[in-house]
Amino acid sequence: MFMARTEIKIGGFGGQGVILGGYIIGRAASIYDNKFATMIQAFGPEARGSSASAELIISDETITYPYITAPNLMVLMSQEAYTKFASELIAGGTLITEEELVTSSNLRKDVQHFSIPATRFAEELGKKMVLNIVMMGFTSAISNVVHEQAMIEAVKVSVPKGTEDLNLKAFQKGYEYGQKILKGKN
Amino acid sequence: MHDDSGVLTGAHFIDGDHACSEGAIAAGCRFVAGYPITPSTEIVERIAERFPFVGGVFIQMEDEIASSIAIQGAVWAGKKAMTVTSGPGFSLMMEHIGYAAMTETPCVFVDVQRAGPSTGLPTMPAQGDMMQARWGSHGDYGIIALCPNSPQECFDLTIRAFNLAEQFRVPVLLMMDECVGHMIERVIIPPAHEIQVFKRRYYHGPKNELLLFQPDKDLVPPMVKAGEGYQIHVTGLTHDENGYPNMTVGAQAKLVTRLVNKIRMNADTIIDYREDGVEGADIVVVTYGITSRTAIPAIEQARKEGMRIGHLRLVTAWPFPEKRIRELASKVKAFVVPELNLGQMVYEVERLASGKSKVELVPHAGGTVHNPKEIYAAIKHLVKG
Repeated sequence: MFMARTEIKIGGFGGQGVILGGYIIGRAASIYDNKFATMIQAFGPEARGSSASAELIISDETITYPYITAPNLMVLMSQEAYTKFASELIAGGTLITEEELVTSSNLRKDVQHFSIPATRFAEELGKKMVLNIVMMGFTSAISNVVHEQAMIEAVKVSVPKGTEDLNLKAFQKGYEYGQKILKGKN
Repeated sequence: MHDDSGVLTGAHFIDGDHACSEGAIAAGCRFVAGYPITPSTEIVERIAERFPFVGGVFIQMEDEIASSIAIQGAVWAGKKAMTVTSGPGFSLMMEHIGYAAMTETPCVFVDVQRAGPSTGLPTMPAQGDMMQARWGSHGDYGIIALCPNSPQECFDLTIRAFNLAEQFRVPVLLMMDECVGHMIERVIIPPAHEIQVFKRRYYHGPKNELLLFQPDKDLVPPMVKAGEGYQIHVTGLTHDENGYPNMTVGAQAKLVTRLVNKIRMNADTIIDYREDGVEGADIVVVTYGITSRTAIPAIEQARKEGMRIGHLRLVTAWPFPEKRIRELASKVKAFVVPELNLGQMVYEVERLASGKSKVELVPHAGGTVHNPKEIYAAIKHLVKG
Protein backbone atom coordinates (compact mmCIF):
# COMPACT_ATOMS: atom_id res chain seq x y z
CA MET A 1 0.00 0.00 0.00
CA PHE A 2 2.99 2.31 0.46
CA MET A 3 5.48 3.86 -1.90
CA ALA A 4 9.23 3.66 -1.67
CA ARG A 5 9.30 6.23 1.12
CA THR A 6 7.03 6.23 4.14
CA GLU A 7 7.10 9.09 6.60
CA ILE A 8 5.67 8.14 9.95
CA LYS A 9 4.79 10.19 12.99
CA ILE A 10 3.95 8.50 16.26
CA GLY A 11 2.50 10.54 19.10
CA GLY A 12 1.06 9.98 22.52
CA PHE A 13 1.76 10.84 26.12
CA GLY A 14 4.78 10.00 28.24
CA GLY A 15 4.74 6.44 29.55
CA GLN A 16 2.83 4.94 26.62
CA GLY A 17 5.99 3.71 24.98
CA VAL A 18 5.73 6.01 21.98
CA ILE A 19 9.46 6.15 21.38
CA LEU A 20 9.89 2.39 21.78
CA GLY A 21 7.05 1.85 19.33
CA GLY A 22 8.81 3.96 16.70
CA TYR A 23 12.11 2.34 17.51
CA ILE A 24 10.65 -1.13 16.89
CA ILE A 25 9.33 -0.16 13.45
CA GLY A 26 12.70 1.38 12.53
CA ARG A 27 14.68 -1.54 13.83
CA ALA A 28 12.38 -4.00 12.05
CA ALA A 29 12.79 -2.14 8.77
CA SER A 30 16.54 -1.53 8.88
CA ILE A 31 17.80 -4.68 10.58
CA TYR A 32 15.28 -7.38 9.65
CA ASP A 33 13.65 -6.09 6.45
CA ASN A 34 16.55 -4.83 4.36
CA LYS A 35 15.23 -1.27 4.17
CA PHE A 36 16.59 2.05 5.28
CA ALA A 37 15.20 3.73 8.39
CA THR A 38 15.95 7.04 10.07
CA MET A 39 14.33 7.92 13.36
CA ILE A 40 14.35 11.28 15.11
CA GLN A 41 12.98 11.81 18.60
CA ALA A 42 11.56 15.10 19.76
CA PHE A 43 14.11 16.52 22.20
CA GLY A 44 14.02 19.53 24.43
CA PRO A 45 11.26 21.11 26.50
CA GLU A 46 8.64 20.01 23.99
CA ALA A 47 9.59 16.40 24.70
CA ARG A 48 9.11 16.76 28.46
CA GLY A 49 5.86 16.49 30.38
CA SER A 50 2.78 14.98 28.91
CA SER A 51 3.49 14.57 25.23
CA ALA A 52 5.96 12.35 23.39
CA SER A 53 6.58 11.86 19.71
CA ALA A 54 8.84 10.10 17.27
CA GLU A 55 9.48 10.71 13.59
CA LEU A 56 10.48 7.92 11.32
CA ILE A 57 11.33 7.54 7.65
CA ILE A 58 11.28 4.08 6.06
CA SER A 59 12.63 3.83 2.53
CA ASP A 60 13.89 1.41 -0.08
CA GLU A 61 16.65 3.91 -0.85
CA THR A 62 19.28 5.74 1.18
CA ILE A 63 17.67 8.46 3.27
CA THR A 64 19.24 11.87 2.76
CA TYR A 65 17.12 14.61 4.34
CA PRO A 66 16.47 13.15 7.80
CA TYR A 67 13.27 14.85 8.96
CA ILE A 68 9.74 14.06 7.87
CA THR A 69 8.12 16.74 5.71
CA ALA A 70 4.92 15.09 4.47
CA PRO A 71 3.91 12.26 6.82
CA ASN A 72 1.72 9.65 5.16
CA LEU A 73 1.26 7.45 8.22
CA MET A 74 0.37 8.65 11.66
CA VAL A 75 -0.10 6.62 14.82
CA LEU A 76 -1.67 8.72 17.57
CA MET A 77 -2.34 7.49 21.06
CA SER A 78 -3.66 10.58 22.84
CA GLN A 79 -6.10 13.40 22.18
CA GLU A 80 -3.32 15.93 22.66
CA ALA A 81 -1.18 14.21 20.03
CA TYR A 82 -4.14 14.20 17.66
CA THR A 83 -4.77 17.89 18.16
CA LYS A 84 -1.10 18.69 17.76
CA PHE A 85 -0.15 16.51 14.81
CA ALA A 86 -3.14 15.26 12.80
CA SER A 87 -3.27 18.31 10.55
CA GLU A 88 0.25 17.48 9.28
CA LEU A 89 -0.88 14.16 7.77
CA ILE A 90 -1.05 14.38 3.99
CA ALA A 91 -4.43 14.02 2.29
CA GLY A 92 -4.98 10.37 1.51
CA GLY A 93 -2.63 9.36 4.29
CA THR A 94 -3.32 6.70 6.89
CA LEU A 95 -4.37 7.72 10.37
CA ILE A 96 -4.26 5.14 13.14
CA THR A 97 -5.64 6.06 16.55
CA GLU A 98 -6.17 4.55 19.97
CA GLU A 99 -9.93 4.21 19.87
CA GLU A 100 -10.70 5.09 23.47
CA LEU A 101 -8.11 7.83 23.89
CA VAL A 102 -8.77 9.81 20.73
CA THR A 103 -12.32 11.08 20.23
CA SER A 104 -13.49 10.07 16.80
CA SER A 105 -15.95 12.92 16.28
CA ASN A 106 -14.62 15.63 14.00
CA LEU A 107 -11.94 13.41 12.52
CA ARG A 108 -10.43 14.47 9.22
CA LYS A 109 -12.39 13.08 6.29
CA ASP A 110 -9.62 13.19 3.69
CA VAL A 111 -7.57 10.41 5.28
CA GLN A 112 -8.03 6.69 5.80
CA HIS A 113 -8.80 6.18 9.43
CA PHE A 114 -8.34 3.02 11.50
CA SER A 115 -8.71 2.71 15.25
CA ILE A 116 -8.10 0.07 17.89
CA PRO A 117 -8.89 -0.08 21.60
CA ALA A 118 -5.26 -0.95 22.28
CA THR A 119 -5.24 0.03 25.95
CA ARG A 120 -8.22 -2.23 26.67
CA PHE A 121 -6.64 -5.11 24.75
CA ALA A 122 -3.44 -4.61 26.69
CA GLU A 123 -5.31 -4.66 29.97
CA GLU A 124 -7.03 -7.89 28.92
CA LEU A 125 -3.59 -9.38 28.29
CA GLY A 126 -2.70 -8.50 31.86
CA LYS A 127 -0.47 -5.44 31.42
CA LYS A 128 -1.55 -2.02 30.27
CA MET A 129 2.10 -1.28 29.48
CA VAL A 130 2.04 -3.36 26.30
CA LEU A 131 -0.47 -1.08 24.60
CA ASN A 132 2.26 0.34 22.39
CA ILE A 133 3.06 -3.15 21.11
CA VAL A 134 -0.64 -3.79 20.43
CA MET A 135 -0.60 -0.51 18.47
CA MET A 136 2.48 -1.64 16.55
CA GLY A 137 0.88 -4.98 15.68
CA PHE A 138 -2.18 -3.12 14.43
CA THR A 139 -0.06 -0.60 12.50
CA SER A 140 1.91 -3.44 10.96
CA ALA A 141 -1.23 -5.16 9.69
CA ILE A 142 -2.87 -1.98 8.42
CA SER A 143 0.11 -0.32 6.78
CA ASN A 144 2.31 -3.25 5.80
CA VAL A 145 5.21 -0.77 5.97
CA VAL A 146 7.42 -3.53 7.38
CA HIS A 147 6.93 -7.28 7.06
CA GLU A 148 5.19 -8.97 9.97
CA GLN A 149 8.11 -11.32 10.63
CA ALA A 150 10.58 -8.42 10.77
CA MET A 151 8.35 -6.68 13.31
CA ILE A 152 8.18 -9.83 15.42
CA GLU A 153 11.99 -10.12 15.41
CA ALA A 154 12.33 -6.47 16.40
CA VAL A 155 9.77 -6.80 19.21
CA LYS A 156 11.65 -9.80 20.63
CA VAL A 157 14.97 -7.97 20.92
CA SER A 158 13.64 -4.54 21.89
CA VAL A 159 11.46 -5.29 24.91
CA PRO A 160 12.79 -5.97 28.42
CA LYS A 161 14.11 -9.50 28.97
CA GLY A 162 11.48 -11.80 30.40
CA THR A 163 8.59 -9.93 28.79
CA GLU A 164 9.06 -11.28 25.27
CA ASP A 165 6.10 -13.69 25.33
CA LEU A 166 3.68 -11.12 26.66
CA ASN A 167 4.81 -8.58 24.10
CA LEU A 168 4.57 -11.06 21.24
CA LYS A 169 1.01 -11.86 22.34
CA ALA A 170 0.29 -8.13 22.40
CA PHE A 171 1.71 -7.80 18.89
CA GLN A 172 -0.40 -10.71 17.62
CA LYS A 173 -3.52 -9.27 19.21
CA GLY A 174 -3.03 -5.96 17.42
CA TYR A 175 -2.01 -7.62 14.16
CA GLU A 176 -5.03 -9.95 14.05
CA TYR A 177 -7.39 -7.12 14.91
CA GLY A 178 -5.89 -5.13 12.05
CA GLN A 179 -6.40 -7.98 9.60
CA LYS A 180 -10.00 -8.36 10.75
CA ILE A 181 -10.68 -4.66 10.24
CA LEU A 182 -9.11 -4.75 6.77
CA LYS A 183 -11.27 -7.73 5.77
CA GLY A 184 -14.35 -5.90 6.96
CA LYS A 185 -13.47 -2.90 4.84
CA ASN A 186 -12.93 -4.89 1.66
CA MET B 1 32.13 -10.21 31.92
CA HIS B 2 35.44 -8.80 30.82
CA ASP B 3 35.98 -8.58 27.09
CA ASP B 4 39.18 -6.87 26.05
CA SER B 5 38.17 -6.22 22.48
CA GLY B 6 34.81 -4.84 23.58
CA VAL B 7 33.62 -4.74 19.98
CA LEU B 8 29.85 -5.07 19.70
CA THR B 9 29.90 -6.87 16.35
CA GLY B 10 26.56 -6.91 14.55
CA ALA B 11 23.81 -4.78 13.06
CA HIS B 12 22.41 -2.17 15.44
CA PHE B 13 19.70 0.46 15.32
CA ILE B 14 21.29 3.21 17.44
CA ASP B 15 21.82 6.94 17.46
CA GLY B 16 24.97 8.78 16.48
CA ASP B 17 25.93 9.44 20.09
CA HIS B 18 25.82 5.75 20.99
CA ALA B 19 27.61 4.85 17.78
CA CYS B 20 30.40 7.24 18.77
CA SER B 21 30.72 5.47 22.14
CA GLU B 22 30.98 2.10 20.39
CA GLY B 23 33.54 3.50 17.96
CA ALA B 24 35.67 4.69 20.87
CA ILE B 25 35.49 1.29 22.56
CA ALA B 26 36.32 -0.48 19.29
CA ALA B 27 39.29 1.86 18.78
CA GLY B 28 40.69 0.82 22.15
CA CYS B 29 39.70 3.88 24.17
CA ARG B 30 39.67 2.94 27.84
CA PHE B 31 39.59 6.32 29.56
CA VAL B 32 36.90 8.95 29.19
CA ALA B 33 36.53 12.04 31.34
CA GLY B 34 33.66 14.40 30.76
CA TYR B 35 31.15 16.85 32.09
CA PRO B 36 27.90 15.69 30.46
CA ILE B 37 26.18 18.27 28.29
CA THR B 38 23.29 18.11 25.81
CA PRO B 39 23.35 16.93 23.04
CA SER B 40 26.43 14.81 23.77
CA THR B 41 25.21 13.26 27.04
CA GLU B 42 24.21 9.93 25.51
CA ILE B 43 27.83 9.31 24.52
CA VAL B 44 29.10 9.37 28.10
CA GLU B 45 25.98 7.60 29.39
CA ARG B 46 26.76 4.65 27.16
CA ILE B 47 30.47 4.82 27.96
CA ALA B 48 29.67 4.77 31.69
CA GLU B 49 27.44 1.75 31.17
CA ARG B 50 29.82 -0.17 28.89
CA PHE B 51 33.24 0.63 30.34
CA PRO B 52 33.02 -1.60 33.44
CA PHE B 53 32.68 -4.59 31.09
CA VAL B 54 35.72 -3.76 28.97
CA GLY B 55 38.16 -2.60 31.63
CA GLY B 56 37.70 1.10 30.99
CA VAL B 57 37.47 4.04 33.39
CA PHE B 58 34.93 6.82 33.05
CA ILE B 59 35.11 9.83 35.35
CA GLN B 60 32.49 12.52 35.53
CA MET B 61 34.72 15.52 36.25
CA GLU B 62 33.93 18.81 37.94
CA ASP B 63 34.00 20.66 34.62
CA GLU B 64 35.23 20.62 31.03
CA ILE B 65 38.59 22.17 31.87
CA ALA B 66 39.39 19.29 34.20
CA SER B 67 37.97 16.73 31.75
CA SER B 68 40.15 17.93 28.90
CA ILE B 69 43.36 17.63 30.93
CA ALA B 70 42.47 14.41 32.79
CA ILE B 71 42.38 12.57 29.47
CA GLN B 72 45.90 13.78 28.72
CA GLY B 73 47.21 12.39 32.01
CA ALA B 74 45.62 9.06 31.08
CA VAL B 75 47.29 9.13 27.66
CA TRP B 76 50.76 9.61 29.15
CA ALA B 77 50.00 6.68 31.46
CA GLY B 78 49.42 4.54 28.37
CA LYS B 79 45.67 4.74 27.75
CA LYS B 80 43.72 5.86 24.72
CA ALA B 81 41.42 8.60 25.90
CA MET B 82 38.72 11.02 24.85
CA THR B 83 36.46 13.71 26.22
CA VAL B 84 33.01 14.59 24.99
CA THR B 85 31.21 17.91 24.99
CA SER B 86 29.16 20.53 23.16
CA GLY B 87 29.69 24.24 22.42
CA PRO B 88 29.90 25.79 25.90
CA GLY B 89 32.18 23.00 27.11
CA PHE B 90 34.19 23.08 23.90
CA SER B 91 34.97 26.74 24.58
CA LEU B 92 36.31 25.83 28.01
CA MET B 93 38.52 23.11 26.54
CA MET B 94 40.42 25.37 24.15
CA GLU B 95 43.43 25.89 26.41
CA HIS B 96 43.91 22.16 26.73
CA ILE B 97 43.53 21.49 23.03
CA GLY B 98 46.56 23.75 22.70
CA TYR B 99 48.30 21.85 25.48
CA ALA B 100 47.65 18.54 23.69
CA ALA B 101 49.00 20.03 20.47
CA MET B 102 52.11 21.43 22.20
CA THR B 103 52.85 18.26 24.19
CA GLU B 104 51.88 16.02 21.26
CA THR B 105 49.41 14.09 23.36
CA PRO B 106 47.22 11.91 21.14
CA CYS B 107 43.61 12.26 22.25
CA VAL B 108 40.11 12.73 20.88
CA PHE B 109 37.72 15.60 21.58
CA VAL B 110 34.11 15.03 20.55
CA ASP B 111 32.01 18.15 20.02
CA VAL B 112 28.33 17.46 19.34
CA GLN B 113 27.53 20.90 18.01
CA ARG B 114 24.43 22.78 19.11
CA ALA B 115 23.41 26.30 18.21
CA GLY B 116 25.37 29.04 20.00
CA PRO B 117 26.92 31.36 20.99
CA SER B 118 26.92 30.75 24.74
CA THR B 119 24.30 28.22 25.89
CA GLY B 120 22.25 28.97 22.76
CA LEU B 121 19.89 26.16 21.76
CA PRO B 122 20.98 23.09 23.75
CA THR B 123 18.78 20.58 21.95
CA MET B 124 19.11 21.83 18.40
CA PRO B 125 21.78 21.43 15.74
CA ALA B 126 24.34 23.87 14.33
CA GLN B 127 27.77 23.81 12.75
CA GLY B 128 29.02 26.93 14.47
CA ASP B 129 32.21 25.55 16.02
CA MET B 130 34.11 24.80 12.83
CA MET B 131 36.56 27.70 12.93
CA GLN B 132 36.89 27.37 16.70
CA ALA B 133 37.95 23.77 16.11
CA ARG B 134 40.77 24.97 13.89
CA TRP B 135 41.84 28.15 15.62
CA GLY B 136 40.30 28.13 19.11
CA SER B 137 43.49 27.76 21.10
CA HIS B 138 46.16 30.43 20.99
CA GLY B 139 49.38 30.17 19.04
CA ASP B 140 50.25 28.12 15.97
CA TYR B 141 49.47 24.43 15.83
CA GLY B 142 47.86 21.82 13.64
CA ILE B 143 44.83 19.67 14.40
CA ILE B 144 42.59 17.26 12.54
CA ALA B 145 38.80 17.55 12.48
CA LEU B 146 36.30 15.02 11.11
CA CYS B 147 32.62 15.50 10.25
CA PRO B 148 30.31 12.44 10.33
CA ASN B 149 26.90 12.65 8.65
CA SER B 150 25.26 9.49 10.01
CA PRO B 151 25.35 7.17 13.03
CA GLN B 152 27.38 4.72 10.93
CA GLU B 153 29.98 7.38 10.33
CA CYS B 154 29.92 8.38 13.99
CA PHE B 155 31.17 4.86 14.61
CA ASP B 156 33.63 4.73 11.70
CA LEU B 157 35.06 8.20 12.15
CA THR B 158 35.50 7.86 15.90
CA ILE B 159 37.80 4.95 15.14
CA ARG B 160 39.57 7.01 12.51
CA ALA B 161 39.87 9.90 14.97
CA PHE B 162 41.74 7.68 17.42
CA ASN B 163 43.94 6.27 14.66
CA LEU B 164 44.87 9.71 13.36
CA ALA B 165 45.51 10.98 16.88
CA GLU B 166 47.95 8.12 17.45
CA GLN B 167 49.58 8.35 14.05
CA PHE B 168 50.29 12.06 14.24
CA ARG B 169 50.21 12.64 17.99
CA VAL B 170 47.68 15.43 17.76
CA PRO B 171 44.31 16.15 19.31
CA VAL B 172 41.66 15.02 16.82
CA LEU B 173 38.27 16.70 16.94
CA LEU B 174 35.15 14.79 15.99
CA MET B 175 32.73 17.52 14.91
CA MET B 176 29.29 15.97 15.20
CA ASP B 177 26.05 17.94 15.46
CA GLU B 178 22.80 17.46 17.37
CA CYS B 179 20.99 16.08 14.33
CA VAL B 180 23.55 13.38 13.63
CA GLY B 181 24.01 12.69 17.35
CA HIS B 182 20.35 12.05 18.06
CA MET B 183 19.45 10.42 14.75
CA ILE B 184 18.83 6.67 14.94
CA GLU B 185 19.86 4.52 11.98
CA ARG B 186 21.40 1.18 11.19
CA VAL B 187 25.01 0.87 12.31
CA ILE B 188 27.05 -2.13 11.21
CA ILE B 189 29.87 -2.96 13.60
CA PRO B 190 32.33 -5.35 11.96
CA PRO B 191 34.17 -8.16 13.75
CA ALA B 192 37.07 -6.93 15.90
CA HIS B 193 39.70 -8.44 13.60
CA GLU B 194 38.40 -6.39 10.66
CA ILE B 195 38.76 -3.10 12.49
CA GLN B 196 42.08 -1.39 11.89
CA VAL B 197 43.45 0.11 15.05
CA PHE B 198 46.67 2.13 14.98
CA LYS B 199 48.99 0.96 17.70
CA ARG B 200 50.80 3.69 19.60
CA ARG B 201 54.48 3.87 18.73
CA TYR B 202 56.70 3.58 21.78
CA TYR B 203 60.39 4.25 22.28
CA HIS B 204 62.13 1.15 23.62
CA GLY B 205 65.73 2.36 23.50
CA PRO B 206 68.21 2.81 26.33
CA LYS B 207 67.05 5.08 29.13
CA ASN B 208 70.05 7.38 28.97
CA GLU B 209 69.68 7.96 25.24
CA LEU B 210 66.03 9.02 25.29
CA LEU B 211 65.16 12.21 23.45
CA LEU B 212 61.45 12.45 24.27
CA PHE B 213 60.55 14.78 21.41
CA GLN B 214 62.96 13.54 18.75
CA PRO B 215 60.75 13.06 15.69
CA ASP B 216 60.92 10.27 13.15
CA LYS B 217 60.94 11.01 9.41
CA ASP B 218 57.21 11.70 9.43
CA LEU B 219 57.92 14.49 11.97
CA VAL B 220 56.20 12.49 14.73
CA PRO B 221 58.19 11.34 17.79
CA PRO B 222 57.44 7.93 19.35
CA MET B 223 55.97 8.01 22.87
CA VAL B 224 57.14 6.88 26.27
CA LYS B 225 54.81 5.53 28.91
CA ALA B 226 55.03 7.24 32.29
CA GLY B 227 55.96 4.80 35.03
CA GLU B 228 58.23 2.58 32.97
CA GLY B 229 61.40 4.09 34.34
CA TYR B 230 62.16 6.66 31.67
CA GLN B 231 62.74 10.13 33.04
CA ILE B 232 60.34 12.29 31.15
CA HIS B 233 59.31 15.90 31.34
CA VAL B 234 56.20 17.10 29.54
CA THR B 235 55.52 20.82 29.39
CA GLY B 236 53.41 23.35 27.54
CA LEU B 237 56.40 25.65 27.50
CA THR B 238 58.50 25.75 24.37
CA HIS B 239 60.82 22.77 24.67
CA ASP B 240 63.61 21.02 22.83
CA GLU B 241 63.95 17.30 22.01
CA ASN B 242 64.69 16.56 25.67
CA GLY B 243 61.29 17.86 26.67
CA TYR B 244 62.73 20.54 28.94
CA PRO B 245 61.88 24.21 28.54
CA ASN B 246 64.08 25.95 26.02
CA MET B 247 62.66 29.40 25.68
CA THR B 248 64.63 30.67 22.74
CA VAL B 249 63.72 31.91 19.30
CA GLY B 250 65.46 28.92 17.77
CA ALA B 251 63.67 26.29 19.83
CA GLN B 252 60.32 27.99 19.21
CA ALA B 253 60.87 28.05 15.45
CA LYS B 254 61.93 24.42 15.38
CA LEU B 255 59.16 23.04 17.57
CA VAL B 256 56.16 25.04 16.41
CA THR B 257 57.07 24.72 12.75
CA ARG B 258 57.20 20.96 13.18
CA LEU B 259 53.84 20.90 14.99
CA VAL B 260 52.26 22.68 12.04
CA ASN B 261 54.22 20.81 9.37
CA LYS B 262 53.45 17.33 10.63
CA ILE B 263 49.85 17.99 9.59
CA ARG B 264 50.62 20.11 6.50
CA MET B 265 53.15 17.68 5.07
CA ASN B 266 50.97 14.65 5.74
CA ALA B 267 47.76 16.36 4.62
CA ASP B 268 47.28 14.13 1.57
CA THR B 269 47.10 11.00 3.70
CA ILE B 270 44.79 12.65 6.23
CA ILE B 271 42.33 14.44 3.95
CA ASP B 272 39.19 12.55 3.02
CA TYR B 273 36.45 13.96 0.83
CA ARG B 274 33.76 12.41 -1.35
CA GLU B 275 32.89 13.61 -4.82
CA ASP B 276 29.78 13.01 -6.84
CA GLY B 277 29.45 14.39 -10.34
CA VAL B 278 32.20 16.97 -9.83
CA GLU B 279 33.96 16.34 -13.16
CA GLY B 280 32.34 18.52 -15.81
CA ALA B 281 30.15 20.33 -13.30
CA ASP B 282 29.37 24.03 -13.63
CA ILE B 283 28.63 24.37 -9.96
CA VAL B 284 30.04 22.41 -7.05
CA VAL B 285 28.20 22.26 -3.75
CA VAL B 286 30.70 21.94 -0.87
CA THR B 287 29.22 20.37 2.26
CA TYR B 288 30.15 18.64 5.51
CA GLY B 289 28.34 16.86 8.35
CA ILE B 290 24.54 16.85 8.27
CA THR B 291 24.53 19.48 5.52
CA SER B 292 25.98 16.89 3.16
CA ARG B 293 22.63 15.09 3.42
CA THR B 294 20.26 18.03 3.28
CA ALA B 295 22.00 19.28 0.12
CA ILE B 296 21.34 16.08 -1.83
CA PRO B 297 17.61 16.65 -2.61
CA ALA B 298 18.57 20.15 -3.84
CA ILE B 299 21.35 18.78 -6.05
CA GLU B 300 19.10 16.04 -7.43
CA GLN B 301 16.36 18.53 -8.25
CA ALA B 302 18.79 20.83 -10.07
CA ARG B 303 20.22 17.91 -12.04
CA LYS B 304 16.73 16.81 -13.04
CA GLU B 305 16.31 20.24 -14.60
CA GLY B 306 19.48 19.74 -16.60
CA MET B 307 21.91 21.74 -14.47
CA ARG B 308 25.40 20.30 -14.12
CA ILE B 309 25.93 20.17 -10.39
CA GLY B 310 28.75 18.45 -8.52
CA HIS B 311 28.86 17.59 -4.84
CA LEU B 312 32.06 17.68 -2.82
CA ARG B 313 31.60 16.53 0.72
CA LEU B 314 34.30 17.12 3.30
CA VAL B 315 34.76 14.15 5.61
CA THR B 316 37.82 15.84 7.11
CA ALA B 317 37.15 19.53 7.60
CA TRP B 318 40.72 20.11 8.85
CA PRO B 319 43.15 19.94 7.22
CA PHE B 320 41.13 21.51 4.40
CA PRO B 321 41.47 20.03 0.87
CA GLU B 322 43.25 23.11 -0.45
CA LYS B 323 44.70 21.49 -3.57
CA ARG B 324 41.38 20.11 -4.76
CA ILE B 325 39.39 23.31 -4.24
CA ARG B 326 42.12 25.37 -5.97
CA GLU B 327 42.07 22.93 -8.89
CA LEU B 328 38.28 23.06 -9.20
CA ALA B 329 38.21 26.85 -8.89
CA SER B 330 39.63 27.21 -12.39
CA LYS B 331 37.17 24.70 -13.83
CA VAL B 332 33.81 25.54 -12.29
CA LYS B 333 31.65 28.59 -12.49
CA ALA B 334 30.79 28.69 -8.82
CA PHE B 335 30.83 26.98 -5.46
CA VAL B 336 27.77 26.82 -3.22
CA VAL B 337 28.55 26.32 0.46
CA PRO B 338 25.58 25.56 2.75
CA GLU B 339 26.49 25.69 6.42
CA LEU B 340 24.54 25.65 9.68
CA ASN B 341 26.29 28.88 10.61
CA LEU B 342 26.51 32.35 9.16
CA GLY B 343 29.72 31.63 7.27
CA GLN B 344 32.79 29.69 8.43
CA MET B 345 34.20 27.02 6.10
CA VAL B 346 33.06 29.22 3.22
CA TYR B 347 36.05 31.46 4.00
CA GLU B 348 38.38 28.61 3.09
CA VAL B 349 36.56 28.05 -0.19
CA GLU B 350 36.71 31.80 -0.97
CA ARG B 351 40.42 31.94 -0.13
CA LEU B 352 41.19 29.06 -2.47
CA ALA B 353 38.78 30.11 -5.22
CA SER B 354 40.82 33.29 -5.16
CA GLY B 355 38.44 35.17 -7.42
CA LYS B 356 38.55 32.56 -10.17
CA SER B 357 35.04 31.33 -9.44
CA LYS B 358 32.09 32.68 -7.51
CA VAL B 359 31.46 31.44 -4.00
CA GLU B 360 28.02 31.60 -2.48
CA LEU B 361 27.22 30.83 1.12
CA VAL B 362 23.83 29.40 2.05
CA PRO B 363 23.76 30.49 5.69
CA HIS B 364 21.58 29.17 8.49
CA ALA B 365 21.67 30.42 12.07
CA GLY B 366 21.05 26.89 13.38
CA GLY B 367 18.27 25.27 15.37
CA THR B 368 17.33 22.92 12.55
CA VAL B 369 18.81 21.85 9.24
CA HIS B 370 18.52 23.61 5.88
CA ASN B 371 15.37 23.25 3.89
CA PRO B 372 16.79 21.77 0.65
CA LYS B 373 14.80 24.45 -1.22
CA GLU B 374 17.16 27.11 0.17
CA ILE B 375 20.15 25.29 -1.28
CA TYR B 376 18.32 24.69 -4.57
CA ALA B 377 17.51 28.42 -4.80
CA ALA B 378 21.19 29.33 -4.41
CA ILE B 379 22.17 26.84 -7.13
CA LYS B 380 19.50 28.10 -9.50
CA HIS B 381 20.41 31.72 -8.87
CA LEU B 382 24.02 31.03 -9.82
CA VAL B 383 23.12 29.04 -12.91
CA LYS B 384 20.97 31.89 -14.14
CA GLY B 385 23.51 34.54 -13.18
